[in-house]
Amino acid sequence: MSDLRPINDHPDAAKLEGLDHTRQYDFQLAENYSYKSERGLNKRVIEKLSYMKNEPEWMLKFRLRAFEIAEKKGRPKWGPDLSHLNFDEIFFYIRPQDRKGTNSWDDVPEEVRETYKRLGIPEAEQKMLAGVGAQYESEMVYHSLKEEWEKQGVIFLDTETGLQEHPEIFKEHFATVVPPEDNYFAAVNSAVWSGGSFVYVPAGVEISVPLQAYFLINAQSMGQFERTLIIGEPGSKFHYIEGCTAPTYNSDSFHSGVIEIIVKDRANVRYSTIQNWSHNVYNLVTQRAIVGERASMGWLDGNLGSKVTMKYPSTYLLGEGAHGEVLSIAFATDGQHQDAGAKVIHAAPNTTSSVVSKSISKGTGRSSYRGLVQIHEGATNARSNVECDALLLDEHAMTDTYPYIEINEKTAHVGHEATVSKLNDEQIFYLMSRGLPEDAAMALIVRGFLDPVAKELPLEYAVELNRLIELEMEGSVG
Amino acid sequence: MSDNRLEIRNLHARIAGGETILKGVDLIVPSGEVHALMGPNGSGKSTLAKLMAGDPSYEVLDGDILIDGESVLELEPDERARAGLYLAFQYPVEVPGVSIANFLRLALNARREEGDEVGVMEFYAKLQRAVKALDWDESIIERNLHEGFSGGEKKRSEVLQLLVLEPRYAILDESDSGLDVDALKVVANGVNAARGPNFGALVITHYQRLLNYIVPDMVHVMSSGRVIESGPKELAMDLDAKGYDWIREKHGITASGDAVAHA
Ligand SMILES: Nc1ncnc2c1ncn2[C@@H]1O[C@H](COP(=O)(O)OP(=O)(O)OP(=O)(O)O)[C@@H](O)[C@H]1O
Ligand SMILES: [Mg+2]
Repeated sequence: MSDLRPINDHPDAAKLEGLDHTRQYDFQLAENYSYKSERGLNKRVIEKLSYMKNEPEWMLKFRLRAFEIAEKKGRPKWGPDLSHLNFDEIFFYIRPQDRKGTNSWDDVPEEVRETYKRLGIPEAEQKMLAGVGAQYESEMVYHSLKEEWEKQGVIFLDTETGLQEHPEIFKEHFATVVPPEDNYFAAVNSAVWSGGSFVYVPAGVEISVPLQAYFLINAQSMGQFERTLIIGEPGSKFHYIEGCTAPTYNSDSFHSGVIEIIVKDRANVRYSTIQNWSHNVYNLVTQRAIVGERASMGWLDGNLGSKVTMKYPSTYLLGEGAHGEVLSIAFATDGQHQDAGAKVIHAAPNTTSSVVSKSISKGTGRSSYRGLVQIHEGATNARSNVECDALLLDEHAMTDTYPYIEINEKTAHVGHEATVSKLNDEQIFYLMSRGLPEDAAMALIVRGFLDPVAKELPLEYAVELNRLIELEMEGSVG
Repeated sequence: MSDNRLEIRNLHARIAGGETILKGVDLIVPSGEVHALMGPNGSGKSTLAKLMAGDPSYEVLDGDILIDGESVLELEPDERARAGLYLAFQYPVEVPGVSIANFLRLALNARREEGDEVGVMEFYAKLQRAVKALDWDESIIERNLHEGFSGGEKKRSEVLQLLVLEPRYAILDESDSGLDVDALKVVANGVNAARGPNFGALVITHYQRLLNYIVPDMVHVMSSGRVIESGPKELAMDLDAKGYDWIREKHGITASGDAVAHA
């Protein structure tokens, strides 16, 4: 492990999105896309992609430059094993209309549909999760919300449409938080990005209903290389949610998103995501926020699926009195490696941050916490507290922690606490003695462990998460 | 009718792969009765209680445990609970992040058929009645299971659960120890509230004091892994006054027999 350099030397990382985490969720759709790019990543693919999206010249140039940077950089030499990730086998662009229309609900394996049913997900939503491209049932709801938002000047679009319809705001902010130089996977994403959300909330506007990426499904918000750009003007306040606890089907094995968030002075932005990709997926995401004076940024990051996840939401506290918060859940089962954490940079006085990470490892799963807290010189009276708790469900399950702390300011207060616990036989016996079957008892202990984070979730997500944990525990009893 | 009872037959048991603790326990608690089980430290009372509940860290070597005439030896702890058995633990564990209300609702529903789950209103009404019977503050139900509870609060929680789950047989393992006098009365009232023709209890205690409030139909004395004496409630008073030596002597047992595992 000595080759692990502090995370700040590397960019946050990239991610792969794997949708779900138990084998029973894994499924494949028949390959019947009518158009795909050729396999592998090269200039021709990028030019074609940009042309098909009818993009402005500057974006094509940006993509090509990013490609050159990726070529030069090469992959990170730290963190989880990515040796099985072969770009020459990957399609870097699939047109959305091809991605959707041709898949059929009938192609979705019975056991996956069964899982959805048991999770109690409405059929329309099930189809959406399975990539079948059904209309989301609440579209009507969305339309009335959207009218409301538009009156306030809120922009909530898929990223391509955002670029077309709001070129100025877009260009002003795009790639300012995560430039392609940042890290290898960010460079790859910059070269081939497609989909994602574009959110702009004007100064002083507060939105009480969360902006859900679900609403944008027609724009493939959960694309392979999604690029999300979120801008909170001074004094704005809103919550953006994407992802889903239910296993999300994706036939692509490599997902690398970039999420950029700009939280201007006194704004308050929350970003919540729960991802549950299928077991074949490398999930390498760069997500980062810059936070202005007395502004506040909160991340809730749940990683349930994938083969390998590398994801460290990072928060740059740039304005005096800025606040950052990260709540992270990771669940690694057989053959999975969840490498997740957080990065907080205190670059101004009186900035505060808190990180709470809860990881669970089951079977041969491995979860790692990788975190950095950095206090810059001059960031007087900065306060930061990190707590990471790991729960091991089996003898062979693994967990490790890489907390990096760099303090260059005498007045800083930094706390770090880490615990590792095992599933406790006495607790299981106790709960069973009250009538709970063993798997339910284990699920309850796991839920209890996650509770401090889960209770921050919107209710429907918390409910789904609980159901998912129960499913996960079913049949785990020998 | 005569079958309605909790019965231990010639039970021999050991710590899984380790030392033998129970060496032939015989005990019958008929439904409708409350029996007390007393005995020196280390005599095997808690071991017996946990074995009845199905604790996998002990192994039965011989004998049987029966509920209403049916052997429960092959049943898992949860199946025994659903068969009507309840153990109030001497040392209840903490389960972080799991609220009492949430947990009890799950435990109640585990006893019911799927589709016949207890209604939310019905459940809270029941829970509130139990909280009230124990003279407790309602906010307790939102607290996590025993997290940060005082010793006495844990004991109270065990009795609260008993009132909500309404078992047919309860074993109370030193539910009185660590309680102040007022709490003792409250806990005793809770148990008395559960008394009735369809409820049987085995109350493990070191103190006659509790038995003033929960008057037992019979008292059993355990020593060195066996029940060596049984008698009416007055037996408890004798023990209080004279200690255990006279009974041990009567049965030719040395005091070291009870503390053997500590030796
Ligand atoms: N899991 C265990 N590991 C080691 N020793 C054990 C275990 N369980 C019971 N024992 C031993 O078995 C004997 C009986 O213990 P038990 O807890 O049943 O006694 P008890 O009658 O309940 O005592 P007390 O009145 O102090 O509660 C003791 O010597 C105890 O140390
Ligand atoms: Mg005991």
